[in-house]
Amino acid sequence: MEFVYKTLKSIIWAYAKLREKLSPGWILKNSSRIREWELMVYAYSKSPIGVIGGLIVLIVFILAVIGPLIAWEPYWEYKILYDENLRYHPPCLPPSCSGYPLFGTDEWGRDIVAMSLYGFRISFVISIVVVFLGAPLGIILGLISGYKGGVVDEIIMRVTDIFLAFPGLVLAIAFASVLPQRIRGVLETNSALRAFFSGLFGLRQEEYGQLAALLSIWFAMVIVWWPGYARIVRGSVLSVREMPFIEAAKLSGLSTWSILFKHILPNVLSPVLVMMTFDIATATLFAASLSFLGLGPQEPVPELGFVISKAGGYFPERSTHVVLYLGIILLIIALGWNLLGDALRDILDPKTRRAIEYRLEKEKKK
Amino acid sequence: MMNEITHLPEDIILKVEDLDVRFYTYAGVVHAVSNVSFYVREGETIALVGETGCGKSVTTRAITKLIESPGRIEGGKVLFRRRNGKIVDLLKISDEELREIRGNEIAYVFQDPTSALDPLYTIGYHIHETIIAHKSKISKKETFKQAVNLLKHVLIPSPEVRVKNYPHEMSGGMRQRSVIAIGLSNMPRLLIADEPTTNLDVTVQAQILDLLKKIQEEYKMGLILITHNLGIVAEVADRVYVMYAGKMVEEGPLEQIFYNPQHPYTKLLLRAVPDPTKKIEKLESIPGVVPSLISPPAGCRFQPRCLYAMDICGRQEPPLVEVESEHRAACWLLEKRGGSK
Amino acid sequence: MSSNELLKVIDLKKYFPVRGSLTKKIKAVDGVTFGIREGETLGVVGETGCGKTTLGRLVLKLIDPTSGKIVFEGRDITKLRGKDLREYWRNAQMVFQDPHTSLDPRMTIASILLEPIRYYKVKVGDEEEFLIKQMELIGLGREHLYRYPHELSGGQKQRVAILRAIITKPKFVVLDEPTSSLDVSVQAQILELLRELQRKFNLTYMFISHDISVVKYMSTRMAVMYLGKVVEIGPSSDVFENPYHPYSKFLLAAVPIPDPRIARSKTKITIKGEPPSPINPPPGCRFHPRCPYAMDICGRQEPPLVEVESEHSVACWLYIKK
Repeated sequence: MEFVYKTLKSIIWAYAKLREKLSPGWILKNSSRIREWELMVYAYSKSPIGVIGGLIVLIVFILAVIGPLIAWEPYWEYKILYDENLRYHPPCLPPSCSGYPLFGTDEWGRDIVAMSLYGFRISFVISIVVVFLGAPLGIILGLISGYKGGVVDEIIMRVTDIFLAFPGLVLAIAFASVLPQRIRGVLETNSALRAFFSGLFGLRQEEYGQLAALLSIWFAMVIVWWPGYARIVRGSVLSVREMPFIEAAKLSGLSTWSILFKHILPNVLSPVLVMMTFDIATATLFAASLSFLGLGPQEPVPELGFVISKAGGYFPERSTHVVLYLGIILLIIALGWNLLGDALRDILDPKTRRAIEYRLEKEKKK
Repeated sequence: MMNEITHLPEDIILKVEDLDVRFYTYAGVVHAVSNVSFYVREGETIALVGETGCGKSVTTRAITKLIESPGRIEGGKVLFRRRNGKIVDLLKISDEELREIRGNEIAYVFQDPTSALDPLYTIGYHIHETIIAHKSKISKKETFKQAVNLLKHVLIPSPEVRVKNYPHEMSGGMRQRSVIAIGLSNMPRLLIADEPTTNLDVTVQAQILDLLKKIQEEYKMGLILITHNLGIVAEVADRVYVMYAGKMVEEGPLEQIFYNPQHPYTKLLLRAVPDPTKKIEKLESIPGVVPSLISPPAGCRFQPRCLYAMDICGRQEPPLVEVESEHRAACWLLEKRGGSK
Repeated sequence: MSSNELLKVIDLKKYFPVRGSLTKKIKAVDGVTFGIREGETLGVVGETGCGKTTLGRLVLKLIDPTSGKIVFEGRDITKLRGKDLREYWRNAQMVFQDPHTSLDPRMTIASILLEPIRYYKVKVGDEEEFLIKQMELIGLGREHLYRYPHELSGGQKQRVAILRAIITKPKFVVLDEPTSSLDVSVQAQILELLRELQRKFNLTYMFISHDISVVKYMSTRMAVMYLGKVVEIGPSSDVFENPYHPYSKFLLAAVPIPDPRIARSKTKITIKGEPPSPINPPPGCRFHPRCPYAMDICGRQEPPLVEVESEHSVACWLYIKK
């Protein structure tokens, strides 16, 4: 863990030196902040689950970015058209069989490892964007609701209740039946959007029909995702807004928005960050489930859930390797984020803070 | 087990000798209480005075081994004369015997009455609980009768009604009086009150202090009062013990401490308090901060902030030296002056 | 109104709604009238429920009055809102009780101090240099500027809070129990600092505290509050040594004196009963159910505040000749 700490610390200092170059004196002015970062990084490095989680997330991230670029098989070629044997060909170790992919193939004879590389990108983009769109929406509503109180609070909370009451699945189904046509129409005509989104998901522009399905479950997910954040932020805001430093900020002339974003938000952020990390795991699995149910993109897009769904028909006689392999990938992605979230929660907990501080001081002295 | 309990003078009910309490934290070992000694006579009130972190609360909890991990009582004796005349060392007796004494012969009153009371039970039930813990053969009717009596004693109006009240149905002052009533349920020999009036209004405070004095006279009870408020000390205490950074720096009869303080810390403390009956030009403050108890300074712990610090103060800890009868202070200045005996 | 009265409140009232009831109200402040002169310190004392904390916030318009008037420097500020209200705060500030929660734990000292400067667009030249000079006023240095509040001691934090309040050079500062959370020795430091700053910058203070000894030391005039009303007001030493109102007598007699001979020779008078609820205050004089001198009229009519000595007023029927 020494290594992790040293690496992260050098990243912090590289950043600090850069800022120093841009505005001299930055390091002095932010010495306490830098110390805070060092502390967090130290605490992180001391947590084995955090480091493992972080490592997994890092690998997933790298694979997500480069996946579609290094995939050695294009996902749009139906290999079974050339060789019927390729359909659900089981995993294969040379030299007993050669010419067949190591981990086996899926329904269309594609190497499932290559397909998973596309899958990483798709899952990653969906989960990250859902959380990063849903969370801010929920946070802002929670801030307003908690701070203003009264009628505004009641209205926002009732709306939140309504959305929370919706079973995400039902909503997704509803959206998935209506939206894809609409979005499809937009993508057909607007080439810029089409290019952007296909690039984002690592797909060809020709797949814009499936893209429309992807975007619609995206949409459905964001709608379902924000209420949780609104609730927990509102709770934290209720206690923070009673603090004297908020009254003092008022007296310093700050407007309501300034107070919300400069004073209240930073003080309610910790639980939100932890929740977001766990949520990315949940979103990944939720998106896969939606695809599994057929609400997402169809062939040839190799969305992990969808491929597993198709494999269901041949399970367990022929497609066990597909289900297992892709299932484990989903497991690992979710696990990585969960472990990271756990570690983050411990790091951000003010109670364990002093203990970490003292340990760091002791180590520095050695 | 070899019983080497030393003899305790007739009128003394509690004698603490060389108490040492340490807390083993991740940051290091906190020397919360070091070599603290004091005693309480029957019917007398002693005040344990000091600021935040001086160790006064830890000391009083240590008396009945109420210290939890990571704290540990590392040394010392706490001699207590029980009702039956037997003298025991509270730090060495069995858990059984200690439980017999707590709540029965030694009672506590803490600062916050709200957290001392279980919101789910009536005041009457609290008292009932305390009594039957020590007298198993008593009927509920009997304990409730005693409860009403106790509440009357602590000047709670309409005690027959109040005995059935829940804590939230009472004001702060009444709650604190109830806590005192609970403490008195078994007519203890010694009552330890830790900042009992800090959260209360000044008129209620006056009532409670009056009450404590009255009860003390009636029950011939010893009272240890912990406070940082010198006004309360002046009103109520017979003898005063001044603590600083875990050590006893001065001890003596009330008038000696107020009119003839010897330790520089005591002197500064007295000058920092605004006395409304006097015309004050300026309040004295004490420069610096309380030292860390993890690595306390060598020698006298007050030395870094002391205006009269000499060479020896930074090297060796001053012993308690007698200034007058029962008045002692730990300061090298006294040795220099050749403090008596 | 006296010519150099900086602040005046007239029949100020603040009622809080009671949960679950449309008509019942908590009458926290129920008709308070007084003035504060430029450069003086008005101490406000009273026990739980007397309304002094609410009064402090009303005077600064941190909460809106239910009725009554607040006049600052001759201007009626009772109905100020928005930008105008913020302009008022350039001249009227507050120091809060608990230094651990009155500074944003996520901001450095420098950022905390820069906030009012930036929002009120105070011309300071080089910000850092300005801040360092200001820190000297409170006995802190450059090394403290870039620290977080939790890295400072309680006393240091309170000093920062005080500096924040006076950094825009206001005329009026409300001090709400500024030393109640601090140790005795630190309290002395803070009180002396407040006095020094008052002299230097000709500040006017309203000092709210439950510690009467401290209030007497710090204030020129003292007001005693009971259940939302001012029952006595006058020069501090006069009120303390020679209280007129029966409640004041009880209150001041209860103050523990750190002098054994005086403490033991005091005649003991104790007040009876419990403070009544501010939802249903007793009719007439609020104190009459607990007053040993209560007369007939006390239960029927509220006594007005009348002057009994020079500058010393009491609200009690005992001193009003028919």
